[in-house]
Amino acid sequence: MEPILAARGLTVSFTTPDGDVHAVKGIDLDVRLGETLAVVGESGSGKSQTMMGIMGLLASNGRVSGSAKYRGQEMVGLPPKALNEIRGAKITMIFQEPMTSLDPLYPVGKQIAEVIAHHRGGSQREARPRVLELLKLVGIPDPERRIDSYPHEMSGGQRQRVMIAMALANEPDILIADEPTTALDVTIQAQILKLLRDLQKRFDMAIVLITHDLGIVRHFAERVVVMRHGAVVEQGATADIFGNPQADYTRMLIEAEPHGRKAAPADDAPIILEGRNVVVDYKIDGGFLKARASTFRAVDNVSISLREGQTIGIVGESGSGKSTLGRALLRLIASEGVYRFGKTDISSLDRSGMRPLRRSMQVVFQDPYGSLSPRQTVGEIITEGLYVHEPQLSRTERDKRAIEALTEVGLDPAARNRYPHEFSGGQRQRIAIARAMILKPQAVILDEPTSALDRSVQGQVIELLRDLQSRHGLSYVFISHDLSVVRAMSDYVVVMKDGRIVEEGSTDAIFSAPKADYTKALIGAAYNIGP
Amino acid sequence: MTDAAISSAPEVKGRSLFQLAVMRFRRNRPAMAGSVMLVLIACFSFFGPFFISHGYDQVFSSYVTIPPSLEPRPGEDTLEDAMKGVATRARVELQSFTVEGEAFTAVITAKDPIDPRATRYFDRANEFDKTEVAATEDEGRRLTLKGVVDREYFLFGTDTNGRDLMARVMLGGQISIAVGLLASLVSLGIGVTYGAISGYMGGRIDNVMMRFVEILYSLPFVFLVVVLVVFFGRSFILIFLVIGAVEWLDMARIVRGQTLSLKRREFIGAAEALGLTDWQIIRRHVIPNTIGPVVIFVTVIVPKVILLESFLSFLGLGVQAPLTSWGSLIAEGANNIQSAPWLLVFPAIFFVVTLFSLNFVGDGLRDAFDPKDR
Repeated sequence: MEPILAARGLTVSFTTPDGDVHAVKGIDLDVRLGETLAVVGESGSGKSQTMMGIMGLLASNGRVSGSAKYRGQEMVGLPPKALNEIRGAKITMIFQEPMTSLDPLYPVGKQIAEVIAHHRGGSQREARPRVLELLKLVGIPDPERRIDSYPHEMSGGQRQRVMIAMALANEPDILIADEPTTALDVTIQAQILKLLRDLQKRFDMAIVLITHDLGIVRHFAERVVVMRHGAVVEQGATADIFGNPQADYTRMLIEAEPHGRKAAPADDAPIILEGRNVVVDYKIDGGFLKARASTFRAVDNVSISLREGQTIGIVGESGSGKSTLGRALLRLIASEGVYRFGKTDISSLDRSGMRPLRRSMQVVFQDPYGSLSPRQTVGEIITEGLYVHEPQLSRTERDKRAIEALTEVGLDPAARNRYPHEFSGGQRQRIAIARAMILKPQAVILDEPTSALDRSVQGQVIELLRDLQSRHGLSYVFISHDLSVVRAMSDYVVVMKDGRIVEEGSTDAIFSAPKADYTKALIGAAYNIGP
Repeated sequence: MTDAAISSAPEVKGRSLFQLAVMRFRRNRPAMAGSVMLVLIACFSFFGPFFISHGYDQVFSSYVTIPPSLEPRPGEDTLEDAMKGVATRARVELQSFTVEGEAFTAVITAKDPIDPRATRYFDRANEFDKTEVAATEDEGRRLTLKGVVDREYFLFGTDTNGRDLMARVMLGGQISIAVGLLASLVSLGIGVTYGAISGYMGGRIDNVMMRFVEILYSLPFVFLVVVLVVFFGRSFILIFLVIGAVEWLDMARIVRGQTLSLKRREFIGAAEALGLTDWQIIRRHVIPNTIGPVVIFVTVIVPKVILLESFLSFLGLGVQAPLTSWGSLIAEGANNIQSAPWLLVFPAIFFVVTLFSLNFVGDGLRDAFDPKDR
């Protein structure tokens, strides 16, 4: 079949103070009418920049060369005005962040109408019926009312639907979806992907799906292009790529899906960290004139007890209160309930009372970019705990401990004199783990420690965490929305929704025979749970 | 896979964000030009006085309000007139007057014998120096005087009191720059600490602290200055304190806003989980991370403070004569704009160039600290 978009020898490079960076190094790519092409690769592989280059949407220091033809029309080097005839009308894009890709100052209807009016002429008022039709098409409930809503009044999933409606407004031939579901919960992700598939059939358009999630690719794409370091490693039909991968890298990517299980600890293992009837209320400030402030119950009467050597996985979508529960267990936020660490009752301890215990219960956060102070060296970051808990240590002793900790998490000890921004996401997460481990804690709360990482790096971090656990007899509370990771990490699973426990049980029981409807929906929606 | 865990970078020392910002700043031409200009102006103001012979308070009564010139004063053509003037004052008659290079010879006569001390009249004039009696004739009724012509350079001209404007501009620069920097540092110190504490503590403490700031905001600035001057007397240090004490309010608000967003960052959460006290977190994590916007804001405060100081001097609450600042020089120049425009032009050039340079430097710093903005 004749490709409608053909890229030949496409290169994208960026001028930086440290010399030119070649993000895409001369790739060939075909998109055929009506197909779903998945472009797969890890962050930094150039998969997004390829599409941005074709669309002329590069950052100001970017340059694109080579050739990209849309129905015989050369797009590279086309002046913006001529390019606008194609982009937004014939080739459209949706992006990862539905929170930031809509303008917060305009109602969504107006934003869609603008696209229609721009490409088809006419006023925005005339475009209104078409906007309503589009909103109905993408499954926004009550479109007559929603058309005048502002983006902040909608949920993430709804916003992504609005973005799709905007992209479909001019019935494009090609829809480029750049990680369209990465920022969404699994159940929403499934709905959006289903919507995209339905719309594709209806309009007979090609979808270019840029993603790092092989689970989605396997279920959704017809053809796959695997990219790495700005070059195409392998391309072919989805079944071939997954069934019989040729390149080592592709094989590695497929095998990077988290696997393995963790054995449960002995039943009589002592309880190390326990929270009974945990209740966390967030006060919503009523403002200056409103006297009464309302409260929002983030965690509602949840009990959890962590045994020595156990890993409890807490699963739930955003807003389910799972992270709040983690913080409450560490007594980092005000909460009600009875808390116990080992044999000590810590329910009534204040901040200074908790301080001596802090070294035994640590936390690792999700965002490897946000959890390290950008102005401290790695050495300063990881020894910060020693500064509090073992202030008598001399500088050389602290340095020695830093080296030990870095070696333990698999980093070069020389890293301690460098700054966080010089490391990749996976390395930063290792630094965050080193910071927690240097105090030799007994219980560690892992709050989505792998969610911001590429699959293959995720696998390594999970390996590291499991390794540390068996070496030091650690107990983990593992908070995640990613079911495949939870299954690989934990021996006991707690499913949370709206601040309550929906279901709990051993990992195998939850995954093989879920009882609650919500658990079933969650597991059903997760594409990456292999057999 | 790409993250092979161990980085094999040979360099052991990392580049901090600050060092990266400095690198970006160095590549920014207008900003570098601005920095060079600032350094030049500072050198001119602080080291210039060592290279010129005139004091800032030295009055040249012969040269009141003369325009700037590259020629030395007095000029050849005016010397004779000046000499005649002196002779009249000494109540003698000038018979002849010749100038050879630096030396002059004058012959004076009078009806009565002339007291040799009359040479004082000649020395007293700015034009002549080292006047001696070379020959006495006619029983002292006719004296031949010899001396040197004292040539002075007034590149910037002189003011209405006959003081060298260049020396005045240098002194004004010293005071304006010192006030600008010191008052900014005062506001920086108070504002950053106050804002960080208020933002980090949050809740009721934040409420009380920010309401206090708003109360101070609402006080008229001049009123505050007058009150402080009445209490503490007028002094140079007070100007720093007064201006700093007013300017920290903006700084506190900016730092508080930064802190509020920093507080939600995960590294603050991690620090809490490690058991750091509030003060340790503020000192080790909050304040260092506000440095970008703070440094940029300082470059806005410095010109603002310089302007404020000139406003105070204009009201008579700032530095007092014979001390001066660029602001008071400009005010003085503005009064004489028709008769002596150079009195306005020279201080204004220095002031404007300084403010421009500070703006370019501020722009450069903003780009250097926050490259994503562009």
